[in-house]
Amino acid sequence: MAKILAVDDSASMRSMVAFTLRGAGHDVEEAENGQAALDTAGNHKFDLILADVNMPVMDGISMVREIRTRPGYSGVPILMLTTESNPEKKMEGKAAGATGWLVKPFDPDQLLATVARVLG
Amino acid sequence: MSKVDLAQFHKAFHEESLDGLDAMEQALLALDEGSDDPELINVVFRAAHSIKGGAATFGFTDVAAFTHVAENLMDEVRSGRRPMEKAVVELLLRSGDTVRDMLSLSMAGQPAATPESQALLAELSAMVSGGSAAPVAAAKAAAPAETVESWDITFRPFDYLLKTGNDPARMFRELGALGPLRVECDASKLPSLADMDASSSYLGWSLHLDAGAKRAAVEGVFDWVDGDCELNLAPRIAAPTPAPAPAAAPAAPAAPRAVRDPAANSEASSVRVGIEKIDTLINLVGELVITQSMLSQFQDGVDESQLEMLRDGLAQLGRHTRELQESVMSIRMLPISTVFNRFPRLVRDLAQKLDKKVVLDLRGETTELDKTVLEKIGDPLVHLVRNAIDHGLEVPAKRLAAGKGDTGTLRMEAFHRGGAIVVEVADDGAGLNREAIVAKAVQRGIIASGDGMSDDAVAELIFEAGFSTAAATTDLSGRGVGMDVVRRNVMDLGGTVAIRSTQGSGTTFTITLPLTLAIIDGLTAAVAEETYIVPLVSIVESVQVQPDGVRSVVGGGELFRFRDQWLPIVRLFDVFGCQGKRPPVDEGIVIVVEGEGTRIGLFVDELIGQQQAVVKSLEANYRRVAGVSGATILADGSVALIVDVAGLIRMQARRKAA
Repeated sequence: MAKILAVDDSASMRSMVAFTLRGAGHDVEEAENGQAALDTAGNHKFDLILADVNMPVMDGISMVREIRTRPGYSGVPILMLTTESNPEKKMEGKAAGATGWLVKPFDPDQLLATVARVLG
Repeated sequence: MSKVDLAQFHKAFHEESLDGLDAMEQALLALDEGSDDPELINVVFRAAHSIKGGAATFGFTDVAAFTHVAENLMDEVRSGRRPMEKAVVELLLRSGDTVRDMLSLSMAGQPAATPESQALLAELSAMVSGGSAAPVAAAKAAAPAETVESWDITFRPFDYLLKTGNDPARMFRELGALGPLRVECDASKLPSLADMDASSSYLGWSLHLDAGAKRAAVEGVFDWVDGDCELNLAPRIAAPTPAPAPAAAPAAPAAPRAVRDPAANSEASSVRVGIEKIDTLINLVGELVITQSMLSQFQDGVDESQLEMLRDGLAQLGRHTRELQESVMSIRMLPISTVFNRFPRLVRDLAQKLDKKVVLDLRGETTELDKTVLEKIGDPLVHLVRNAIDHGLEVPAKRLAAGKGDTGTLRMEAFHRGGAIVVEVADDGAGLNREAIVAKAVQRGIIASGDGMSDDAVAELIFEAGFSTAAATTDLSGRGVGMDVVRRNVMDLGGTVAIRSTQGSGTTFTITLPLTLAIIDGLTAAVAEETYIVPLVSIVESVQVQPDGVRSVVGGGELFRFRDQWLPIVRLFDVFGCQGKRPPVDEGIVIVVEGEGTRIGLFVDELIGQQQAVVKSLEANYRRVAGVSGATILADGSVALIVDVAGLIRMQARRKAA
């Protein structure tokens, strides 16, 4: 069981991700934008962060850049949830320090497979 | 693997998409008015982007395809390749409407691609540069097939790799899942212990995967570290085989659309409640529990010295109960902005169509109304706004000639007054035309002549059934819905509509609505052994009638004189078939009530008092009963029926006609 932070401004996507991961036995917290994620990450230590790219207040790329400067978050896996129309975002995310990505749209099985890949 | 039913997220997706579309519309309108705030463009882009992502995830492919093209268009604007011109705003506004329709079709389990949506999609695609929208997944040129026997891989991460959260050991495990893997480690670059940084990577590896794994699978293991390492993937090929004829696009398995469970799709309406309201509730319940435990010490009796404490406790209980009631009621309350939000668009479209200049002034948008009232007040407001722009406000030339600015103002304002909510729709247009209204009313046979009628009385005429003053019926107002329907809709909500007009300077409609439909203020009245409640809003006056002021008419009806009118007396005793003594007319009270512009007198034995009644649905608990709108429970635990005044008036009218 891992402690996972799901960040997305879309409540339906967030609940789909959280519901799926909880069903697989993980402990999931949710945040609705990058700033909220930073706040939550300040209070808990997460084993994995899944973050949408395009969000109001603070986008996912800025969030990754910021969180990598936080103590304890240097090597924590962070996956960007990107869309295929934005391949350049994958590279932007990597440059900011993201571990990898999961391309939207994804289904619960793909999500679990990718998470298993990172958590080993 | 997982058994996650995506249908459970459809409703949340639908709601957030509607919110996104509303935000998009508001941003587009602001952009249309010349704002150059870049965040507005982001809002529009994000709405299209999120809906596309969600629609694709939850299987609404038609919606996803449509929003994909809208998103591309917005991406061009966002990146500065296209100016945000009128035509773009126009097209995106229409797109928002279409997506709204497509979503509701999707939620109903129907195909969302309609001829209209396809036509608009074609327009969108034509606008996006390059004309045709590139298919989302361009078929890759078929690579010649290789028959790989095994893979030799050299992999040397750059020193920062571990900091990105990628872990070579994990990647080797993935490779190991593809087949037997041999790993050799090259530690030649390992620094002395003193110089070592635990979070840096110094090792390199040579790997041999003894399996004919597909290139995509092997590359897939390393896709996240592309650019963060030296990587060489060398397949050992057995014997080259000629490239097979490019396989026809894999016949997409026509997956039968899952038949939606109609129950899962039920229109159970929900309310989103702010967390602070829930917190208040929890607080209050907590205090109630404390009060309860304080009072429970008196269960074995009270001695005189404790009376003061008991009184305090009961007062506290009363206060908490009242606060709890208010707080629970507030859960059903939503800000009127949810209704007002649609008007900027409507006003813009109407003004454009009629070549008028209109500024919409929305005020009091945070005023809260009962959800049911909110849902039903939209249509009457739309009608008033249409009327105001169509008939009330003048074209610029006419305004200038009248010495006014060329731009008309339409004010929509909501506020509290007493125990009610007031919504005003006011324009600074020409005002009602007395002569035209009188002429029309005479022509329609509503009145004989306008002589001696006050301006207010003339204004009231527009609420008569079938009244319309537009010289030429435009496609905006002449929709067969008159002001009489507006008034009826508002009255159904327990409210009233009043009009105030000044020739030359404008018209104001004032809608007064009850705070909630769940609680009414009523007058309790006794009839034989029963208690009935008459809603206070419909009561004009209560009078005692003398036998000589009553006339019997053919068919058993009774009339009584009320000021200068003869009104029918409706005896609740007869209507509800009460048992017992039927008192003569001078031993009871007549409550004069008004509904839908008609007055009748309700005859009861006596008035008991005024009280708030929590309305319980009779239909839900028993069945619909003519002349009764609901029931409530009295302080002594007995049930009292709430009289449906409008229903009784209709019953009376039918009896008269019969």
